[in-house]
Amino acid sequence: MIKLQHVSHQFEKGATLAFDDWTIQAQEQWLLLGASGSGKTTLLHMITGLLKPGKGSVTINETQIYALSAKKLDQFRGRNIGVVFQRPHLIKSLTVFENLLLAQRLAGFDEDHKRIREVLNSLNIAEKEGVYPSQLSQGQQQRISIARAVVNRPVILIADEPTSSLDDQHTSIVMDLLKEQSESNKAVLLVATHDKRIKDSFTHRYELT
Amino acid sequence: MSPLKISWKSILSKPLSSALNSLLVAFGVGILTVLLLASSQIIEKLNNNSKGVDLVIGAKGSPLQLILSSIYYIDFPTGNISLAEAEKVIHHPWVKRAVPLALGDNYRGVRIVGTDTNFVKLYALKVSEGRFWGRDFEVTIGSKVAKEQQLKVGDHFYGAHGLMESTDIHKDHAYQVKGILAPQGNVTDHLILTNIASVWRMHDHRDEKHDEHHQEEKEITTVLIQYRSPMAVVLFPRMVNQSTNLQTASPAAESARLYSLIGVGVDTLKGFAMVIMLIAAISVLVNLYNSLKERSYDLAIMRVLGASRRKLLLIVIMEGMMISLAGALMGIALGHVLLEWIAMYQDKSHAKLTGFIIIKEEAWLIFGGLAIGFCASIIPVLQAYKTNISMILAKN
Repeated sequence: MIKLQHVSHQFEKGATLAFDDWTIQAQEQWLLLGASGSGKTTLLHMITGLLKPGKGSVTINETQIYALSAKKLDQFRGRNIGVVFQRPHLIKSLTVFENLLLAQRLAGFDEDHKRIREVLNSLNIAEKEGVYPSQLSQGQQQRISIARAVVNRPVILIADEPTSSLDDQHTSIVMDLLKEQSESNKAVLLVATHDKRIKDSFTHRYELT
Repeated sequence: MSPLKISWKSILSKPLSSALNSLLVAFGVGILTVLLLASSQIIEKLNNNSKGVDLVIGAKGSPLQLILSSIYYIDFPTGNISLAEAEKVIHHPWVKRAVPLALGDNYRGVRIVGTDTNFVKLYALKVSEGRFWGRDFEVTIGSKVAKEQQLKVGDHFYGAHGLMESTDIHKDHAYQVKGILAPQGNVTDHLILTNIASVWRMHDHRDEKHDEHHQEEKEITTVLIQYRSPMAVVLFPRMVNQSTNLQTASPAAESARLYSLIGVGVDTLKGFAMVIMLIAAISVLVNLYNSLKERSYDLAIMRVLGASRRKLLLIVIMEGMMISLAGALMGIALGHVLLEWIAMYQDKSHAKLTGFIIIKEEAWLIFGGLAIGFCASIIPVLQAYKTNISMILAKN
């Protein structure tokens, strides 16, 4: 499903960071653990197709993603990878519904209003579809950003520190939503974190030292 | 969610600065529109009125004054010339048509022009009502004169001495309106036409009262000349200057000179408008650049969502172009309204301008507006193109 082979990153200062090989099967849920500065974000960006590794290859669904042209890679990412960031980062000038439409269009899919409503319903925020992000609470915005990440039925759902700015209650809500959404969309879930609160809820772990 | 819509929503999300930028572009384009419309209308009027007249012969003085008084009827004539002397040159074989003009009287500020049927042929005049003047003291009036002075066929009026409205009215003879000209779109709409003898008799009569001047030779004010052959352009004025004591003036040359005088002012205003447009361009640039800094995360997110670099470029460029296009369109509308407003304060004359004319050069203004938007977007766009999304997202 997802395969990292001999991947390493060359920093500008000259240091090299090598990563262990990693294979993820379909619909597995993984935790990527590591202290800050250990290279979590670097590795995530490599899997997301945002950062070309100095050496090695990243294969998703039999596609060597860094062999694709820049434009193809952008589209591949939009269609196959959903990303939830630490903070929601919705487009402020667009409504909730338009933010999701944008995700569909930028990935090169047709607009599918039914799918958008389905996703919003599954996250219990259907009534907010016409609202601008600034009018929503942080928790609601986080839900929208999860909706945006799964609206294209991605193969991988990646969450980068999704809980670091949330309290205990919201942390478990967000983690439940991520698991639920990745299961219902048959996607691999990959959560990068250094948050001790969620360590125990995953069986698969990839630890950076 | 097309790129166009994304740009549009982004503009709407900061209405004040977008509006300010559009307004700046609108001011520049507005001034240019006024200049373009006004100068094209002035040139058209200048050309329209001097159409068919190759040369004006009159008394010594300023050639420009001669043209202004005999072609555009806006200045005083340089004086009168003797008919006998004029006769010496106007029968020359190079001359296709010679139109004598006798100026000097007015009716409520409208000039009364003594002339003959050659005037009718020169301007291809037609009557819409009544007929052309025949006997002495019969007049045919321009369409605008009929409307503005409320004169009808059959009406009588007294002329006054001079070219401006005056109280020195010739009470001895009344003119009678015999016809009204069809609208010509040139200066003849604003004239009262009669025969030369009427003008002479009007003045002779008065002269008799005072002295014995009526023995003096007959005088006219100017003669409009139409050439038969292009050869005459150079040789005929020289011949007139050598063989008579008369002055010649070429409408084409004098109009060009007049326009070059006005042109300095027009060029200054154009430069001013260009500066405003430049400031607008810089302002749009700064605004896009600033908003791009704020939006760099947005753009990075769009990349994560699958947007190609090129799509992001398109979004940013279109944002700049939409702002400046809106400004250009507003500016053109503003220019038309402004010119019409200026025209409201002009007196009722044949030099009156209008804002209700669209000329094809305005398309260039729209094109220019788009170019400003494009130029102003290009620097922020290159900035966006270069950004490393991984870095932006990592910084968070």
